[in-house]
Amino acid sequence: MKKGLPLFVFLLSVTLSVVTAKAQSGSQLRFCLGAAPKTLNPLLVDDEASDTVRYLTGGVLMRLNRMTQQLEPELATSWKVSRNGDSISFTLRQNVRFSDGTPFSAEDVAYTMQRLMDPALHSPTGDAFRSSEGKIVTQAGGKDQITIVFPAPVVGLDKLFDQVAIMSAKSPQKEMAVLGPYYVAENKAGSYLLLNRNPNYWKHDAGGRQLPYIDSVRLDIQQNRDIEMLRLARGEIDFINTLSAENYDKLEAQAPKMAFDAGVGLDSEQIWFNQVPSSPLPAYKKAWFASTNFRRAISESINREDLARVVFRGHARPAVSWVSPANKFWFNTKLQPHPFDQKSALKLLSQEGFQMRNGALQDRDGHAVEFSVITNAGNKVRERMAAMIQQDLAGIGIRLNVVTLDFPSLIERITRSFNYEACLLGFVNDDLDPNGQMNAWLSSAENHAWNPNQKAPATAWEAQIDALMRTQASTSDAKKRKQAIDKVQEIVWQQEPFIYLVNKDAMSGVSTALRNVHPVVLRPQVYWNVEQLSIGAEGSRGR
Amino acid sequence: MKWVRLAAILFLVVVSVACLSADFVAPAPYARQFREVPDAAPSSQHLLGTDDLGRDRFSRLLYGTRVSLLLAPAAALLSSLLAAVIGGAAGFAGGWLETSVMAATDLFLSLPWLFLLITVRAFLPLNVSPIASVAITFALLGCLGWAAAARVICADARTLCGSDVIVLARACGIGGFRLLWRHVVPNLKPILYAQFWISIPVFILTEANLGILGLGVAEPLPSWGGMLRELESFSSFSAQPWLFVPLILLMVTVSCFHLALQNEEVWA
Repeated sequence: MKKGLPLFVFLLSVTLSVVTAKAQSGSQLRFCLGAAPKTLNPLLVDDEASDTVRYLTGGVLMRLNRMTQQLEPELATSWKVSRNGDSISFTLRQNVRFSDGTPFSAEDVAYTMQRLMDPALHSPTGDAFRSSEGKIVTQAGGKDQITIVFPAPVVGLDKLFDQVAIMSAKSPQKEMAVLGPYYVAENKAGSYLLLNRNPNYWKHDAGGRQLPYIDSVRLDIQQNRDIEMLRLARGEIDFINTLSAENYDKLEAQAPKMAFDAGVGLDSEQIWFNQVPSSPLPAYKKAWFASTNFRRAISESINREDLARVVFRGHARPAVSWVSPANKFWFNTKLQPHPFDQKSALKLLSQEGFQMRNGALQDRDGHAVEFSVITNAGNKVRERMAAMIQQDLAGIGIRLNVVTLDFPSLIERITRSFNYEACLLGFVNDDLDPNGQMNAWLSSAENHAWNPNQKAPATAWEAQIDALMRTQASTSDAKKRKQAIDKVQEIVWQQEPFIYLVNKDAMSGVSTALRNVHPVVLRPQVYWNVEQLSIGAEGSRGR
Repeated sequence: MKWVRLAAILFLVVVSVACLSADFVAPAPYARQFREVPDAAPSSQHLLGTDDLGRDRFSRLLYGTRVSLLLAPAAALLSSLLAAVIGGAAGFAGGWLETSVMAATDLFLSLPWLFLLITVRAFLPLNVSPIASVAITFALLGCLGWAAAARVICADARTLCGSDVIVLARACGIGGFRLLWRHVVPNLKPILYAQFWISIPVFILTEANLGILGLGVAEPLPSWGGMLRELESFSSFSAQPWLFVPLILLMVTVSCFHLALQNEEVWA
């Protein structure tokens, strides 16, 4: 019996492997893209659909683990950033081939970086590496060693490589030769994309089996979210990466095992007042909006808990700061959401000379406090939020007029004519490193929404934010950077140029047939570990 | 078919009375948010349940009907008057004036209405109350909706000018404004009434379309268009059939206008 046991175990494991392989043979992962990808060139990605294709097909030197939020080695087995953050050295993985069989070497990394930083290409990914004028230098030390030297220090340099899909310098297929788990096999414009398993993908599981487990990925172009929901319910697709609160609740009611709420995400909703000195607003309104006490009073009059509970059906949290609590390292844990306290709000307003008369708030010159908030038409969530804020502000005698505008008109008002009083919008954030938001926080920046393109900071606190943001951008010392960003968060919390309302949860819908799924808050929430996903036998997958 | 017309008129009267007395009939103010019970099913407290912000849907339907049923006829009156002046003058004068006015009318008809409304609305001042905003929306509809009616009135006026009645009047020495006021306008009245009645449901539906795009009546004022937006998510139909009530009311009301109109046309 003792001799027979190892043989039995061996036969059993072989049989199981064959059965598993057979079950996976011809397996296909299916999900929807909201729009057709604008490009298949990984260096030119600027939209969500193209980013999805890049994530599934591109091989990167290191990857940010979406669950741990830590960098992990991929094509580079190790790396080292120089002390001043202007260069990075990689040791590359050996015996790796592109999807068409072309060998991978340091030459490909050098080629990719040169193309990425070519000013003529206008690569959005490359922009993140441009800290100053000048060319980058690549120094290859054999086939598996390379150092990239930038003209000036680049903040958070290593994390930026999560977005850089390495291209082949020699392959005749150019950008279609890839190092990721899948390659683009078919692209039917406006209809679907078919990605097939990369036969040369370098990654293997613990048992030595080549990844990915699933043979192909079909990406259907589907703009209508309701149809996407129906397709998930029918088993025609395997998951929906991001669900609205409304659709999440519907799915949870129909099939609780398919609904995932990964917790608070990175995206935020906020309101801000127009503080542009040259805007065509009356002087008394400019004075209101420039007053810190006025902004804080508005903030304290808004019931964020109710917004999260009613509008987002409990799938959101009152927002604290411009860094979401989901951003584990950078969020300032000392800060708390502003409380809903209308008595305190009226006290702050009285300090500024505002008084309640016959149920309406008036400023010291007798002007009734009334202003409009613009938001984008057709966005039900924002319209609901505006209606709730309208009722909250009525509680302190303020009349709020809600105006919905088509998006181009809204953008024209907030970026060119500055003919608006307050704006309610959301920010979608993909980047964990707050340095990516320099263009919003520097007073001279174009995206400094409440008062852009300032020649000199208009207020002392904006000057302080400028200095702190520049400090964090000039050092690679994570501790110093964290201190600076914490301080910026405190200033923003006190001054409230943006009144942060809620951070939405990251919600997904996933078929019960999909295995090894661990939805997270960072994009791509469901398929961040795509090579580990597999499709089980149980569950409905109707066609 | 007389009883059908009578039933339609009776329905319109009942709806009009109900919405005009909304201040007394409605169980709650239309803007009040019962935040503890958002999306509630119909109950004795909320006859049609509550919307996603907890507002009483029955109250909002009453006030929304008032907005749509008061302002749509006002917009129809404005557009009919414009059509009467423009179309009537063109048909009566004839010649180059008629040709130019009809060319302008064709151009106006070829404009994409919805995009035009969206653009015009984007240029309006932001700080207006919801009531002013809804009045502006319907005034815009009235100002933009005259073209089709003007063509019909112009054609009718032209035919009328060649009729025996007008020829006889001219032969008797009647001309100019007197001919227009005493003989042409009274004969155009039936077609003007018909155009007025036809325009009412058209404006109700246009406001509903604007509401679905989020560009209709401003929050918190309700309107049929705004209430129909709740039907955007078609997956909730079976679970919440009461969401259909505003749509059914709109369809029945528009149908009643048409039934009432049928007899007007016969009368015309």
